[in-house]
Amino acid sequence: MAETGKILLQMKNIHKRFPGVYALKDVNFELKAGEVHALLGENGAGKSTLIKCLAGIYIPEEGEVIVNGKSHIMQSVADSQAHGISVIHQELCLVPYLSIAENMFLGRERNVGGIIKRGQENEEAKKMLQRLGLDFDPNVLIKDLSIAQQQMVEIAKALSVKADILVMDEPTASLTDKETEVLFETMRQLKAEGIGIIYISHRMSELFAITDRVTIMRDGQYVGTVNTRETTNDQLIAMMVGRELTQLYFKDKVNPGKVVLEVKDLVSPPFVNGVSFAIREGEIVGMSGLVGAGRSETAHCIFGLDDRYTGQILIDGKPVHIRSVRQAMQNGIALVPENRKEEGLVLINSVGYNLTLTVLHEIFRGHPLGNPKREADEIEKHINELAIKTPSAEQLAENLSGGNQQKIVIAKWLATKPKLLILDEPTRGVDVGARAEIYGFMNELAKQGVAILMISSDLPEILNMSDRVLVMHEGRVTANLAKEELSQELIMRYATGGGNINVA
Amino acid sequence: MSPETNIKAQNSVVRYLKDNMGTLIGLFIMCVILSFTTNGVFYSQRNLINVLRQVSSNACLAFGMTFAIITGGIDLSVGSILALSGTLSAGLIVHSGFSVPGAVATAIIIGTALGLFNGFMIATTTIPPFIVTLAMMQIARGAAYIYSNGQPIRAMIPSYQIIGTGYLGPIPYPVIYMLVFLIICVILLSKTRFGRHVYAVGGNDKAAIFSGVNVPRTKMLVYTMSGFLAAFTGVVLCARMASGQPTAGQSFEMDAIAATVLGGTSMSGGVGKIGSTMIGVLIIGVLNNGLNLLGLNSFWQQIAKGIVILLAVYVDMLKKRRK
Ligand SMILES: Nc1ncnc2c1ncn2[C@@H]1O[C@H](COP(=O)(O)OP(=O)(O)OP(=O)(O)O)[C@@H](O)[C@H]1O
Ligand SMILES: [Mg+2]
Repeated sequence: MAETGKILLQMKNIHKRFPGVYALKDVNFELKAGEVHALLGENGAGKSTLIKCLAGIYIPEEGEVIVNGKSHIMQSVADSQAHGISVIHQELCLVPYLSIAENMFLGRERNVGGIIKRGQENEEAKKMLQRLGLDFDPNVLIKDLSIAQQQMVEIAKALSVKADILVMDEPTASLTDKETEVLFETMRQLKAEGIGIIYISHRMSELFAITDRVTIMRDGQYVGTVNTRETTNDQLIAMMVGRELTQLYFKDKVNPGKVVLEVKDLVSPPFVNGVSFAIREGEIVGMSGLVGAGRSETAHCIFGLDDRYTGQILIDGKPVHIRSVRQAMQNGIALVPENRKEEGLVLINSVGYNLTLTVLHEIFRGHPLGNPKREADEIEKHINELAIKTPSAEQLAENLSGGNQQKIVIAKWLATKPKLLILDEPTRGVDVGARAEIYGFMNELAKQGVAILMISSDLPEILNMSDRVLVMHEGRVTANLAKEELSQELIMRYATGGGNINVA
Repeated sequence: MSPETNIKAQNSVVRYLKDNMGTLIGLFIMCVILSFTTNGVFYSQRNLINVLRQVSSNACLAFGMTFAIITGGIDLSVGSILALSGTLSAGLIVHSGFSVPGAVATAIIIGTALGLFNGFMIATTTIPPFIVTLAMMQIARGAAYIYSNGQPIRAMIPSYQIIGTGYLGPIPYPVIYMLVFLIICVILLSKTRFGRHVYAVGGNDKAAIFSGVNVPRTKMLVYTMSGFLAAFTGVVLCARMASGQPTAGQSFEMDAIAATVLGGTSMSGGVGKIGSTMIGVLIIGVLNNGLNLLGLNSFWQQIAKGIVILLAVYVDMLKKRRK
């Protein structure tokens, strides 16, 4: 194993351009054996692009990469792996209809003369999973796992490669605290073995928990590298956004108006088992709970995605019939889904296309062939309003960074002028700057009288942004907590089924 | 759900039966009905072997098609490659004085090369497989007509004919070929790296690329294999008829797709099994045979085939939706 402190990797003066985007301008990066080195930057800063230049997915136009003392630009994924580099990519890279073990060994199957040694793979996979505290059968198909479970498999897959350099691009975005802690424990072991880890996350607290150094990037440029022990949260943020960010959460006090949404005894097995609550105009209601508590599923019922539920939904006090998304939209409901890539965006289409998808009927009203002027205005308005960072409205949605993609999804639903906005994990994988903007927005909307239901696994977000918090456990609302009584402990207690109070 | 629950896989035999339950039951019901309506003729050894021989060419094409569809593609050119290789094999013997093995090998190599060309185009350009193989379908068919002058090339040569008409014990050679390819394809798809890469390419090609899988090579191999199977089948078919027919294999690609889809292979890629495709092949074969025995003409057979495909895929969807 490499001795701690030895330089494993140097990336010097890296340049990478995409059509319309100068993604990396003269970026430098260095990794030592036995350190966890964070890459920090806003959405679109170029972190993932830098990683892909190391992984052999993109080939930088200029610059030098030195691995273990040898200068070599990675030409392919296999090439990069052969140089002892293992990468967990930001987007999940698993094949849904292959098993856990099959995915873990994809591209480097254990085989004799092309025939796969399934038994050996399963055994090795099992060991790797156990190391991460996961008791999965390696034969289970990926499609039957939750997103968080898939993420853990992705981590196990990367760890099963004997690598000197391990790259993790936002591995914790969909993990809960418990799983994150297991991951950190594993990272500490790997560090002790002399492995160098590049770690990307938008959660600042994680950087202080696990990293030794932080390299900051902004707009594709190298800003600087600091020792984690000698820096502060504020300093990092200032370097990252290029200005002082005085405030992350924006939440003004509002006086809730009349009840917009009321839900009575919503049941849709197996995840929703009797949910009742109400939301008023101008209120931001947080919805907390563990993964699988039935929060998203509840939202799906209200939004007409699940047409098999029983129970009653009232809008403005009147019972409504919602069995399809159209009907939900007609009743002024909008949902920003949890999984922006699959449910939120048509990735292979342009930013503009995505922004107007929900309001096509308005653009075409009276104009059977569309109204280009109106459409362009609409698109421009949204790009400006949410400060979406894109070279043009024609850019494909898949080429945008995570935070900017999320802004598109939010914008496309705001375009429908909803009176009830449901946000499912609104800031997952979104950088602090964009988060502050999204929170600012939510605050504005609430002041305009929009009722907001915010499903979130991010406790600070729940604590800071909510007027009231509903906690769910096993398909039921187990607590309805007012702002004054909120605390992390209390929420966790009800989320894990610790007792009922004050259920409306 | 917590990470620990709901994470038990099923054993593979149980899974095979479960995955194919719909089609197996369908096949079983068809056989039962036929045993009543045909007074047992259906179950005579002769007829059963007949059914197997009749399905053998569709089976070989469908195996190749299954690979192509699992990678998220399709191969529309198989019927035409079949015809070209078939006419070539007969023509090379009759007109060019090739030895039988020489002619057969050349014909198969040329058909395989066309498959390789398909694969090359699909792997190295962004032209969709549908278009590439549609073009090849035209090209190979045209070439077959030109080569044969639009006329069947008669080749009454015993050592050639035997390829299609011979028997091993009671079993015709074409059935033997089918079984051999069945076994090879099952192993290739379920036991080898290549097979796993085929699933990965169709299931999530980004994941395949990011895992270091050689995606272009995998696609190239798949279409080459499909071309080979089509060429081989063409030679066998023409040998059996003692004649290189440029019209052979018209719309065979559709039967191969139908069998593949009946077997539950998803047209969007990533899912499918050779064993399931075989059931699809048998359903179509038994259906044709049964309707023949019942004296219904081939036009009715087409309608019946269409209905069965719709029904089977619909049942499959219902099954998946329930999960
Ligand atoms: N294939 C591509 N084609 C065109 N532009 C791209 C492509 N990939 C990335 N970009 C652009 O390059 C810039 C850097 O993107 P990158 O994904 O590296 O950001 P990031 O720092 O990883 O952001 P995030 O925190 O949201 O993941 C962005 O402006 C993005 O839109
Ligand atoms: Mg990124």
